[in-house]
Amino acid sequence: MSDIRKADMVGTATNGSTVQRPLSPHLTIYRWPPTMLASILNRATGIALSAGSLLLVWWLAAAAAGPAAFAQVDGFARSPIGLLLLLGWTASLFYHLFGGIRHLAWDMGYLFAKPSLNPVTYFIIGLTALATLAVWLAAYLSIGS
Amino acid sequence: MASARKPDDIAVMRSQLGRARGLGSAKSGVHHWKVERITALALVPLSLWFVLEVLRHLGAPQPAIAAWAGRPVNAALLLALVIMTFHHTQLGLQVVIEDYIRNIRRREAAILAIKGACLLLGLIAGVAVLKLAVLAH
Repeated sequence: MSDIRKADMVGTATNGSTVQRPLSPHLTIYRWPPTMLASILNRATGIALSAGSLLLVWWLAAAAAGPAAFAQVDGFARSPIGLLLLLGWTASLFYHLFGGIRHLAWDMGYLFAKPSLNPVTYFIIGLTALATLAVWLAAYLSIGS
Repeated sequence: MASARKPDDIAVMRSQLGRARGLGSAKSGVHHWKVERITALALVPLSLWFVLEVLRHLGAPQPAIAAWAGRPVNAALLLALVIMTFHHTQLGLQVVIEDYIRNIRRREAAILAIKGACLLLGLIAGVAVLKLAVLAH
């Protein structure tokens, strides 16, 4: 066996002999079901949040360093790029949060039945949009007042 | 008796244990999975609290933020947020790396780099919060 991972695809036939199971194509063949989108979004938003955590560190370190350093973060956050990053960060946070709660529910044995999988996916995507909108609306209103 | 297909590259004489060896540890996976869930659970209220607090302090100048972060309860919650965030981040990114990087040396190097970066970033944020907490008046 040249590649040790092929051991994953070794199976036993009904007569007891060893057979090499084929790896069927999946990503490139099937139309994406909502659950597949939900799954990769959870990973993508997790990676986005990892990058976004740099902003949290910068913000805290600047607040501890003093007014001059803090003004730099503030200026960056208010710039078009900063606002865009913050918007992406907000949406990623809410998606990962709701997707994470979905995972925790699954781990406890809830919502894992086939009929609930797609509705839950649409629900968390909708909830993400709503929560993101609510936060930015609240931000817009509080800056205006 | 019909004989099943036996592709050339299968070593039939190998035991199940022999096949499993080298595919990864069977010891630390459960712990990794569990801690990922526990940190996620902690981050549900912590991140919601943080978003609400940031909204409440939008546009506030540095002294106001420093005073807010320096209050004991806020500082403790910020520290918890930082610790849980970076603990969860390094666990999550480790899985991403394990899934996509094939070469074992590059994979292990990337995991070490991620864990080191998360540790340092968490320490920087933690020291910043501690400084604000100690210097608060």
